[in-house]
Amino acid sequence: MGGKLLEVHNVYKVFPGVTALADVDFALERGEIHGLMGENGAGKSTLIKVITGVYQKDAGTIVLDGQEIHPTSPLHAEALGISTVYQEVNLLTNLSVAENLAIGRQPTGTVGIDWKTMNRRAAGILEKFDIDIDVTELLGNYSIAIQQMVAIARALELDSKLLILDEPTSSLNADEVEKLFKQMRRLKEQGHAIIFVTHFLDQVFEITDRITVLRNGKYVGEYATPSMTKLDLVSKLMGKSLDDLKNFDSISNHVETGDDANLIDVKGMEKTNYMNPFDLKVRKGDIVGLAGLLGSGRTEITNLLFGTQKPEGGELHIKGKRVNLNSPRKAIAHHLALSPEDRKQEGIISGLSVRENIVLALQVKKGWLHNISIRKQTELAEKYIGMLSIKTSGVNQPIETLSGGNQQKVILARWLATNPELLIVDEPTRGIDVGAKMEIQRLLVELSKQGMGIVFVSSEIEEVVRCSNRVYILQNRNIVGELLGEEISEQEIMVRIAAKGDRKV
Amino acid sequence: MKGRQIPRIAWPLFALGLILLFNLMFTDSFFAITIKDGHLFGSLIDILRRSAPTLIMAVAMTYVIATGGIDISVGSVLAISGSIASLVVWGGNTQYLTSAGSQYYAPMLSIILIPLVASILLGAFNGVMVSFIGLQPFIATLILMTAGRGLAQLLTGGKVLNFRHAGFEFVGRGYLFGLPFPFLLALGVIVLGTAITRLTPMGLYIQAVGGNRSASNFSGVNTRLVLLFVYIFSGFAAGLSGLVMTSDITGADAGFMGLYMELDAILAVVIGGTPMEGGKYNVGGTVIGVLIIQTLTTTILTKGIPTEYTLLVKAIVVVVVLIIQSNKMREVMGKRQGKMMVKGGSAI
Ligand SMILES: Nc1ncnc2c1ncn2[C@@H]1O[C@H](COP(=O)(O)OP(=O)(O)OP(=O)(O)O)[C@@H](O)[C@H]1O
Ligand SMILES: [Mg+2]
Repeated sequence: MGGKLLEVHNVYKVFPGVTALADVDFALERGEIHGLMGENGAGKSTLIKVITGVYQKDAGTIVLDGQEIHPTSPLHAEALGISTVYQEVNLLTNLSVAENLAIGRQPTGTVGIDWKTMNRRAAGILEKFDIDIDVTELLGNYSIAIQQMVAIARALELDSKLLILDEPTSSLNADEVEKLFKQMRRLKEQGHAIIFVTHFLDQVFEITDRITVLRNGKYVGEYATPSMTKLDLVSKLMGKSLDDLKNFDSISNHVETGDDANLIDVKGMEKTNYMNPFDLKVRKGDIVGLAGLLGSGRTEITNLLFGTQKPEGGELHIKGKRVNLNSPRKAIAHHLALSPEDRKQEGIISGLSVRENIVLALQVKKGWLHNISIRKQTELAEKYIGMLSIKTSGVNQPIETLSGGNQQKVILARWLATNPELLIVDEPTRGIDVGAKMEIQRLLVELSKQGMGIVFVSSEIEEVVRCSNRVYILQNRNIVGELLGEEISEQEIMVRIAAKGDRKV
Repeated sequence: MKGRQIPRIAWPLFALGLILLFNLMFTDSFFAITIKDGHLFGSLIDILRRSAPTLIMAVAMTYVIATGGIDISVGSVLAISGSIASLVVWGGNTQYLTSAGSQYYAPMLSIILIPLVASILLGAFNGVMVSFIGLQPFIATLILMTAGRGLAQLLTGGKVLNFRHAGFEFVGRGYLFGLPFPFLLALGVIVLGTAITRLTPMGLYIQAVGGNRSASNFSGVNTRLVLLFVYIFSGFAAGLSGLVMTSDITGADAGFMGLYMELDAILAVVIGGTPMEGGKYNVGGTVIGVLIIQTLTTTILTKGIPTEYTLLVKAIVVVVVLIIQSNKMREVMGKRQGKMMVKGGSAI
């Protein structure tokens, strides 16, 4: 053996309107975990797709195990010994979990597929991650986090010499990340190599041996992880020395508007088998965090508030008036907005341009008779592209060709554009790079200061702490506590969300 | 520098151009247009006139397909509309039918409106099945496709209803401003569809529903209303198409009129560059698609090629256009462009 496992030389990939990769190099040793870092739109996913045959490179060479390879499809790459978890989990949500885990290698019995063996095997695979779910259930019925874990488990199970993980932890919480890292270390000890993409600096420093940084489609450099500080890394990522980062932690909200009137007041809202009765209040200028483990009911609350799930009981008052929101349309009319967790299913509308994706909800709010002119649409889109630094070749680029983080920004823009009184954001910074994350947090705090009420859901507790002036603690589909102002700390929240009560998925 | 993509519509235009070029070289006076009886006359005008029923249908089908759906009931709806129209001409009484047909002067308005209202209701039925009941569009419209033809035959009692009606005959045979009236009707449908989709957010919503229905719902789009609309519009168009056809042949043959026309309409949409999975549409492309199909048919007829070959030649042309249009092919072309850019050094 000896030599590198994977060598990528002078790779180019050009899309209409943008050069995603220009003269990129990348090298991977055996038995190492290699971080691939860069801002949103830097070209990480594109590089991975070129390596795994989703895209064909326009120039350059890829050498695996000393031999040049020309993968033509992910399946081909799998056969060459590269298994991949893509950023947008591409499992089949209309198949069962077990079927997804078995795709391409179903155990066959005397007649057709041996379902029993398949299901047992699937349960076994998931056990390594302590995931105890019904594997015969459709994958689509589970949360994004579970889907992500299933995708990871599937890739790990292939036992390939090279494993590629594109932002596998974007919707996982600390517990699950630890489980994933345990498995990654095990693979590493067995001599496998792993490419790991993430925007979480802590995770990179915890798990990787070396880091390659891309910026704007270009190769910036390769570094041994222990030789770097966080600040070094961030300055490489952003391409500037970052004094700005020093006051990164200084965003603090804790605003008291002096306005005690409730913007929304929820009493006893519930839905059978979905969410137990809960009370919740948001005043003008509040940023209310929802903190809880996976499956504790955070997303459920956002859906009940916004009418994407119909509550079966309880009352909702908006500015003192009782209303019944049974559809997003009604919620929008009452100046609510929800940037949903599941970007792929509930967020981006592929085929439509960035501009159309941004104006959609605002158009709904304005109604059938007030068509927003193309000129106005373009103006709006340009405003938000600037405000959120969305990386796109223009307002008319189809959204599905944006990088993951930039798609997320477009969805956020869609809801900001409706200028809501209550903005509900479910994992708004999922897949967003360090710099942009800070900008978005700043923006939310700024909006709250102007009087917007915000409900903030994030599995990153740090982020909840930084922005919120009130935090509800969730467990098992119940609101079990509330933290105010100075009581809010990472420590306190960690303790409270895990206190007694077992977690259920 | 920006990479440029060849617009989807370029290929169908190219194909149409080829067929016309073929005629320019091999068919005498194909492009000759004269004035006869106060209106324009010639092969090209004939193509416009004959393409009208399919054109009307295909334009509406474009919107249905853009939502990710399909409407295979249009042929049957056409037959129902035509049957009702001839029944109305006959005053609802088919007892005195003679093979030569007869004269009965039903009021023009009822001959037009009753079939159209019926067609709109049938479209609404499709729409409800798809949007509220949640059936697959193919299955939902399959119901009406089969049941509809039976219904049309029931209406006409299995007879071919011929008639004479000077006013109504104008719909399918008349000329206005020197142009065939059916073609003007088709233009009217295009204008109507374009107005609805451009002057209201309907066009945006249609694409949104086709692109991602659940995300559209999350964004507050009334997806059910959008689906209802496209199927109603499709029903209306099929009904209008039925009027044109019935008027043209001065009779309704419930068992055969409009048979397989849904296929032509769908083909035209696809040739025109609207993807079957929805999310985008191109009405201009659909118009070209219909013209390709009709020009081809006319060419084959004027060349005296046995009509049995029509289907075969059509199939070949369609396959060629579709292959050229396919994503794979576009990717290969796009890639070649990309490579050139890297070589040119402008990529960096
Ligand atoms: N199919 C495509 N067509 C056109 N442009 C594309 C396509 N895929 C990617 N791009 C562009 O290439 C650039 C790099 O995208 P890529 O997805 O590789 O970024 P990334 O580094 O993975 O970002 P993120 O952290 O947001 O996931 C972006 O500007 C994106 O818009
Ligand atoms: Mg990416």
